Amino acid sequence: MEDHVKQRIEALIASSPVFVFMKGNKLMPQCGFSNNIVQILHSLGVPFETFDVLSDGEIRQGIKDYSDWPTIPQVYVKGEFIGGSDILIEMYNSGELRENLTVALAS
Amino acid sequence: MVHPDQVKDAIRHALPDAAVEVEDLTGGGDHFQVKVVSGAFAGLNRIRQHQLVFNALKGELASEAIHALALHTSLPSTPLNP
Repeated sequence: MEDHVKQRIEALIASSPVFVFMKGNKLMPQCGFSNNIVQILHSLGVPFETFDVLSDGEIRQGIKDYSDWPTIPQVYVKGEFIGGSDILIEMYNSGELRENLTVALAS
Repeated sequence: MVHPDQVKDAIRHALPDAAVEVEDLTGGGDHFQVKVVSGAFAGLNRIRQHQLVFNALKGELASEAIHALALHTSLPSTPLNP
């Protein structure tokens, strides 16, 4: 991956404690999996920022290489990749996500 | 278009001990629900477990022949061959 792409990705991730690379945006998710993430974070009342990978092919491909994760959405908390739709749903259902976010956002 | 058996074979090639369930969610051969049970997941967090399965399907995912993959991974409840 080219340096400038990596720098753009890192700047995006650092721009908010909770950051989501998704298809579409908070108001109009363009894919069921991306929508899962938006609904989960809304239900937890967690502030988050997003980037619409459909608007930028460079980021869309770069983010897959960045975390060695071939699918979208991708969720980052305090700069750390914590998973995509499936993992976030599992963590949400087990209560682990609320716990992790509470700890991360408190520090 | 990818056939469920192709998905199953690719995962089992990478994880020979795995029990794999593959469901084509739309019938279009590009949206799959996959469940994988394997001893290879031992000691790995969810991200690493999913990455093992993704790596087995690298080509299909990169080309977006598989457009959507809902994935659930777990360890065998009883040790496979103690």
